[in-house]
Amino acid sequence: MDLTLADLEIGDVATIESFDVEQLPMKLIEMGCLPGNRVNLLQVAPSNDPLYLNISGSFLAIRRETAVQIIVRK
Amino acid sequence: MSKNINVALIGNPNTGKSSVFNQLTGLNQKTGNYPGITVEKRQGVCRLPRGVKARILDLPGTYSLNASSLDENVVVELLLNKNDKDFPDVAVVISDVENLKRNMLLFTQIKDLNIPTILVINMSDRMNRKGISIDAEKMEELLQAKVVLVSARKNEGIDTLKQHITSYKNISTLPCVSIASIDQDYFASLKRTFPNQSLYKLWLVITQDVNFARIERQKMEAQDATHTRSRSFLKRLQQKETIKRYQYINNVLKACYNKDSAKATDLRGRLDRILTHKVWGFVIFFLVLFTIFQALYDWSSVPMDVIDTSFAQLSDWAKVNLPNWLAPNLIAEGVIPGLGGIVIFVPQIALLFLFIAVLEETGYMSRVVFITDRVMRRFGLSGKSVVPLISGTACAIPAIMATRNIENWKERLITILVTPFTTCSARLPVYLILISLVIPNDRILGANLQGLVLMFFYLLGFVMALLAAFVLHKTLPKRQTSHFVVEMPNYRIPLLKNVIVTIIEKTKSFVLEAGKIILAISILLWVMASNGPGATFKNAPEIVAAQAEVTDANFEQKLGAYKLEHSYLGYVGKGIEPIIRPLGYDWKIGIAIVSSFAAREVFVGTLATIYNVGDSSEVTIKNRMSAETYSDGTPVFNLASGLSLMVFYAFAMQCMSTLAVVRKETNSWRWPAVQLVVMTLIAYLGALVTFQYFSL
Repeated sequence: MDLTLADLEIGDVATIESFDVEQLPMKLIEMGCLPGNRVNLLQVAPSNDPLYLNISGSFLAIRRETAVQIIVRK
Repeated sequence: MSKNINVALIGNPNTGKSSVFNQLTGLNQKTGNYPGITVEKRQGVCRLPRGVKARILDLPGTYSLNASSLDENVVVELLLNKNDKDFPDVAVVISDVENLKRNMLLFTQIKDLNIPTILVINMSDRMNRKGISIDAEKMEELLQAKVVLVSARKNEGIDTLKQHITSYKNISTLPCVSIASIDQDYFASLKRTFPNQSLYKLWLVITQDVNFARIERQKMEAQDATHTRSRSFLKRLQQKETIKRYQYINNVLKACYNKDSAKATDLRGRLDRILTHKVWGFVIFFLVLFTIFQALYDWSSVPMDVIDTSFAQLSDWAKVNLPNWLAPNLIAEGVIPGLGGIVIFVPQIALLFLFIAVLEETGYMSRVVFITDRVMRRFGLSGKSVVPLISGTACAIPAIMATRNIENWKERLITILVTPFTTCSARLPVYLILISLVIPNDRILGANLQGLVLMFFYLLGFVMALLAAFVLHKTLPKRQTSHFVVEMPNYRIPLLKNVIVTIIEKTKSFVLEAGKIILAISILLWVMASNGPGATFKNAPEIVAAQAEVTDANFEQKLGAYKLEHSYLGYVGKGIEPIIRPLGYDWKIGIAIVSSFAAREVFVGTLATIYNVGDSSEVTIKNRMSAETYSDGTPVFNLASGLSLMVFYAFAMQCMSTLAVVRKETNSWRWPAVQLVVMTLIAYLGALVTFQYFSL
């Protein structure tokens, strides 16, 4: 099984590996969610959803269902 | 030279674009709508050196030219249309010094349209604290554009910006990224078909429909069969384009931007640990709401009393001093009390807009979106629904427009449908006057009892909205999955000027909009109350004089009451009395309910007009209402009927403007019709149960 963004623990830093471009909104990609960029999981909301991330300097929140689409490497 | 320069302010949300706009234009601005759509259009005028005037257009905040919402689409449509009268001579892209890399993505897109572009790096006052240094001259050279470091907070750099706008003709229009380099074959074939067009513009038009299927574009030649490619092909190209742009930006920043992280203070991290905490986050959120509602009550009582008394005095003065051709009775009994009924709520409405502006400006609202998303989803809503639901406490109209950034259509529709349940400022007048009549002004555990009842009604609105959302969630079909992306902006101290401008603009438009309706309705009501059918009305003085219990002292009062009862308005009220009797209302309240179906805030004004026509012995609206009794001497407004009325107003859909906006946003009459029927039904049943329970 590939490691996805949704598997990270709070405080983890990882590198974005790949994703299916069709499954992600353009807005997320333009905010810096691109292969090779660093991502840091800062916080999760109650029930572990949504996730609060720092992707290559952009601070944003996405839902778990989106996070599982993004494969990362620690 | 007298030509005006057209300037467009463009930028990501949360970059302080409005602050720069306010610094450039001051209060010299006006808000309207883009034709045919409900996107807010802010324009202003700025005086430049050498007598030149600039028309500044503050475009909706957008992350990129690949629009994903109606608001963002406005920006693209304007920039692609050279013939638009607002087409900018010069574009000013606002960026935030802390998010420069991401903000510059939009800059490169605008510049690639060959528009002279100025890059404003805002919030430069934070550079020291964050350990950031920028070589602006080097940056200008690399970007082939003007770069200005601005601090809207400290009013620094604005004059330099004005100078650059004045001499916009000297700015290079060379593009940053060559779009053709993304896919040589594809763009070469495009070029062959459209040799005279800008490739980047063509590309934007083609991808526009991928991003944003809603626009019906006039048949674009670019869409002919040879260039139609699959959605995934185009999206992969867009991703490549984004990577290219970031490579370009990284190269520029490497040469002229430096950040010493050791110097940075981590305010965001520390605040986030508390404000987005699983437990404390919610505790703080409820404390914030509690404080707001207490303050709404405690801070506004003095100015409201002053306004109430002043209008009463103005009315008396007008009755005596106005010349006859001005119809002094109409003005003193119809227009002034009607307007007073709305002006009195300006302090509270302004306070509400103040709190909402502060929540937005500080960046706290995004944290609320984050912590509530999961909970809200159980009700078929999104964390982003919290913003409409909270701003719905000011007015449902902007709140419904604020649902646009909810990506999922079903979540958005449900938010639109339930937002009118939240306690908007038009309900406030009704609640305030009724609470002050039927709830004692006591303190319980240090909290104001009237304030607590008010908070209860706000909560009731939210609970009802959630319940309705849950029912809709279970009944509406699921349409599509879509993604939730929320930027978590930096924490900031709100800019006083921004907050003040927001309050003035919003309050002004509320009062003017409501004022127009109220003025019209109060004149109509006065005419209907001052005339009646047949002889019973015309011969009123003789009929009243003949009644046994009438004396000289109470003749005027009895006559007024008699005339009102036999006026056209009286017959309308009497006509619906059987329907509203079980809710605890008399025919006068019936008139107020009927007249406020167009707009709730008319309620108080109507009662003011009606009671003024009937009786002139009491001065303020409130005193007049508490003096109102049934023929057996029991007061009309008691705990049961007062609460019943409040419940009715809590649930009923009495706002034509909201129905019109819902129609616009959902593109169908079906949803506003559902809202009107269902909400009125719930209101009637709720009021019925309340009255019967409290009269036991």
